Amino acid sequence: MLKIVNGQVYDPINGVIGEGQELLIDNGKIVDSLSDENCQIIDASGCVVMPGGIEIHSHIAGPKVNSARSMCPEDHYDHFMIKTQKTRSGTGYTIPSTYMTGYQYSRLGYTTAFEAAVPALEARHAHEELKETPLLDSGIYTLMGNNYMIMKILSEKDEVGRRERLHDVVRWLLTSSKGYAVKVVNPGGVENWKWNNGSVDLDTPVAPFRITPRNIMIGLAETVKELKLPHGLHLHANRLGETGNFVTTLETMKALEGYPVHFTHLQFYSYGLTNKGALRSAAREIAEYLNTHPEFTCDVGQIVFGPATTMTADSPMQFRLHQLTGNKWINADVEMETGAGIVPMMYKPSVLFNAIQWCIGLELLLLIKDPWQIVLTTDHPNAGPFTSYPQIIRLLMDSDYRNSIIDQLHPKTTQFTNLKELKREYTLEEIAIITRSAPAKALGLTKKGHLGVGAEADIAIYKMLKNKERMFDSPAYVLKNGKIVVRDGIVIDSFAGRRLIVEPDGSKCLPPDLVKDFASYYSVALSNFAVQDEYLLHPEVIPCI
Amino acid sequence: MTVSLHQDVVCAFCGSLCDDLEVEVENNEIKKVKNVCAIGRNKIMHQQPHNMAPLRVNGKECSLDDAYNEAARILTEAKAPIIYGLSSTTAEANSEAVELAELLNAAIDNPSSYCHGPGVLARQHVGMSTCTLGEVKNRADLIVIWGANPMESHPRHFNQYSVMAKGMYVPDGRKGRKVVAIDVRPTMSSKNADIFLQITPGSDFEIINVLRSLAKNLKLEGLTDESLVGGVPLANWRELVEMMKASHYGVVLFGIGLTQSRGKDLNIEHILSLVDELNRYTRFYAIPMRGHANVNGSNQVLVWRTGFPLAVNFYRGYPRFNPGEFSVFDMLIRKEVDAAVIIATDPAAHLPQAAVKYLQSIPTILIDPIENLVTPWANVVIPVAPAGIGTEGTYYRMDNVPLRLKKIIDFPCPSDYEVLHAIKERVSHVKNS
Amino acid sequence: MNSIEGLLITVRTGRQGAAMEKGKFSAEYIKEISTLVINPEDFSSLGLGSEKKAILKSHSAEITVTCQSVEGPKGIFFLPLGPLANMVIDGETNGTGVPNYKGIPVSVTAVK
Repeated sequence: MLKIVNGQVYDPINGVIGEGQELLIDNGKIVDSLSDENCQIIDASGCVVMPGGIEIHSHIAGPKVNSARSMCPEDHYDHFMIKTQKTRSGTGYTIPSTYMTGYQYSRLGYTTAFEAAVPALEARHAHEELKETPLLDSGIYTLMGNNYMIMKILSEKDEVGRRERLHDVVRWLLTSSKGYAVKVVNPGGVENWKWNNGSVDLDTPVAPFRITPRNIMIGLAETVKELKLPHGLHLHANRLGETGNFVTTLETMKALEGYPVHFTHLQFYSYGLTNKGALRSAAREIAEYLNTHPEFTCDVGQIVFGPATTMTADSPMQFRLHQLTGNKWINADVEMETGAGIVPMMYKPSVLFNAIQWCIGLELLLLIKDPWQIVLTTDHPNAGPFTSYPQIIRLLMDSDYRNSIIDQLHPKTTQFTNLKELKREYTLEEIAIITRSAPAKALGLTKKGHLGVGAEADIAIYKMLKNKERMFDSPAYVLKNGKIVVRDGIVIDSFAGRRLIVEPDGSKCLPPDLVKDFASYYSVALSNFAVQDEYLLHPEVIPCI
Repeated sequence: MTVSLHQDVVCAFCGSLCDDLEVEVENNEIKKVKNVCAIGRNKIMHQQPHNMAPLRVNGKECSLDDAYNEAARILTEAKAPIIYGLSSTTAEANSEAVELAELLNAAIDNPSSYCHGPGVLARQHVGMSTCTLGEVKNRADLIVIWGANPMESHPRHFNQYSVMAKGMYVPDGRKGRKVVAIDVRPTMSSKNADIFLQITPGSDFEIINVLRSLAKNLKLEGLTDESLVGGVPLANWRELVEMMKASHYGVVLFGIGLTQSRGKDLNIEHILSLVDELNRYTRFYAIPMRGHANVNGSNQVLVWRTGFPLAVNFYRGYPRFNPGEFSVFDMLIRKEVDAAVIIATDPAAHLPQAAVKYLQSIPTILIDPIENLVTPWANVVIPVAPAGIGTEGTYYRMDNVPLRLKKIIDFPCPSDYEVLHAIKERVSHVKNS
Repeated sequence: MNSIEGLLITVRTGRQGAAMEKGKFSAEYIKEISTLVINPEDFSSLGLGSEKKAILKSHSAEITVTCQSVEGPKGIFFLPLGPLANMVIDGETNGTGVPNYKGIPVSVTAVK
């Protein structure tokens, strides 16, 4: 039992905005009364109290993350943690080792994180790593946008049968992989890459079934809706990072109107084109659309200057990046399902393209009016490490600071962006929304992202400081499951979190004709495919809507 | 009498992890194994409860508790212990081993440091384009086998996944693909190739250099089509490059013929660069023919826990990595360790004599299901239930696909994980008291 | 006594793998790891005795092997990796962690 007193509580879901409110905690939950008043008391005088942060899109576990760690020892040498009585050692800056990942999130006040892209065939690997990523409740998104079986079904003529079969396969993929959400990455584009064909747009027919990315996205969005999954279609759309791609982005949004969709790392999709073919910000066009379509959510994928490690299932994009930068490159095609690419990167304020990208992310954050529609992410570690969140929060809350950084960018940056004109400053409430409450809502996590009675006692307590970067970089306390795990920015306890999964109603088996395909074309037996229960230490089924 | 049939059993011998074995069990004894190579069959048939290594401390039979206590004593008294092996046990045991290494401020390494380790290091320089084995089966229309002899080291690889396998876009199997073998001598594998290029030993780097130049249409000063490069006329190499560029989905399967011969990691760096460059024309991939069944898993676990795949040292309380300094062989040769845990490998069969001799002179704890060449002289010998036969757990295939191994029969001994855990608990107790 | 110089390459063989899994103290294993594969011309030039025994000598050590004639390059000898081959490999890794398992200069001399 524990009591938090004298803090200014920010709990937007329950309409609590900086009020002095006592929080009572028992058995890992927020309660309305305590049986024993002589419990431990945390005095949060001069502090802000928020629900634990929720990471909606991050690459922290599984085959591509580990391949990146292995490829980039230079990322680790100068960044390490020494073991303590309670905590394990680790290394890594943009791609920290598993224990260090858990500790780093925890010491920012984050208590839940989702790994954003896992092939079902290799899901076991992601779960193994998450088992050793402490202090976080976690889940994985299962990749489906270039899945052979899904593309095959979508090419079938019988409309009713097609729908049913799609449901079956999505349920089978989700439950076999112990996934949380349906993830689509460059639909059709990865399959096209395996054929050495070019970039795909919404209506490019894709081998071998000649269906289009539009078919794939609508088919899966419809399925997500009909299966009533707690999180919408998690979409990494076509043409990521291409100059002028905002046209495709808007077309994609229009095509998906009426479906539950989360557009991830939208910064990479808000690229306009100048008359001379150069990059300009199209954040305004994208924000204007979203401002009239409150049903969609997104996360930003904010660029952070400094080192990053790009990694995505979007293998053609990564090949382009490899050729563009000349940096080392891992590519990994995964049979029947997807691909992956990894390229280390450095974002520099002196490089015009990077400076514009940086502005675009912040413009989205400032131009999208409703903070419930946009979640703070860096698409870790693609646009930068998640450990930079405090810095981004300061950029949002302090326009003088923001402008001082703009002045250090490539001198032509302001010609192609609108950031300097934007005066908006985020409030603490809005910060609480984009880092905890909005992601909880978008993910359908009703016991997270708020501090009402019955909520999980995942809590972050920050000393109120003028410098918001320092404030959010070193919480006074972080509680996980009602236990104090961080004190003054130092991790003092370490234990495993829960694994969040879904169990949509209906058959979870593969239709018989596809069982035959599986036997012929996969390189493992169907009975060895599904992730066994042993890989989930503390599973929790999040109900469908 | 109880008879049971286990299907889709995963074989724990080599990095192919064939997962279609059928195992027949009668009264807790394995009677028959189907869909398996000769090596896999021998492994499964031999690693049965009646063939276990003896449980011993200093040559005398003892209880498990005695063995654990002596192991903990050796390790806590040592100043610079090493934990070495782990390539034929589960990821779960690997993870426990890393934790024990951290607790002891020890070094930890696996056999990849002298097998495919050079390939792991090469990836740190240039990355790698790779794919899963199902992609090879479904798509590869050109397979180049370089310094590898899968017919002997991975006997079912050709049939299950590569040369002979029938796949989605290669429905005719062998007939649907071109196969090239590059080796210093004809092998059972090269006999399956359309083209066999017999090269002189140690010339791989030079050959790949020429291949990269040809792929880029660079002029090769002083060379004619008849000039020999690595013992093979330039014209043949030109033909190979044309085949590579003309293929739709090419795959290089490389073995320790490339990683262990002159050039080592530089050979691999070079060939991975060639594969990279070929992606400007077509799709091209490389797959290391990993030997021990879970040697990839030992890299994977070490990476996710420490950031580094091999040759890790916890001496300062956090992981440091330096192959050549912290590699098992160098550390033994330089006498920089003073006690060793040998688990799921046999250094006496793999390492040059000088290293084995030094290992014999320091306290050694051996954890392995059956007797191996270390058993006769190890101070502590703890038999364990073999992974995939007597205990379950995760293995990583050569292409990074993880599979869960099954438990088929009961063993009268603990698993690797349980042994490491028990030793860790005792060490931890000593350290904290 | 006939002697030839050449390069030793340590290898894996299927038989070695299969024998190893039956036990490293089995006669089968010991036979396989002491079988040196050499080119037919080299084989006859050695003038081996009836047991085909030869001394394989490197900078580090000398060992006794049984020779077998197999199609392959001249001047290159193949021996499965094992406790015998380990004797003739030196301790140098050139800072790579990998001993020189392949391409070791050796001489082979027939035992009459």
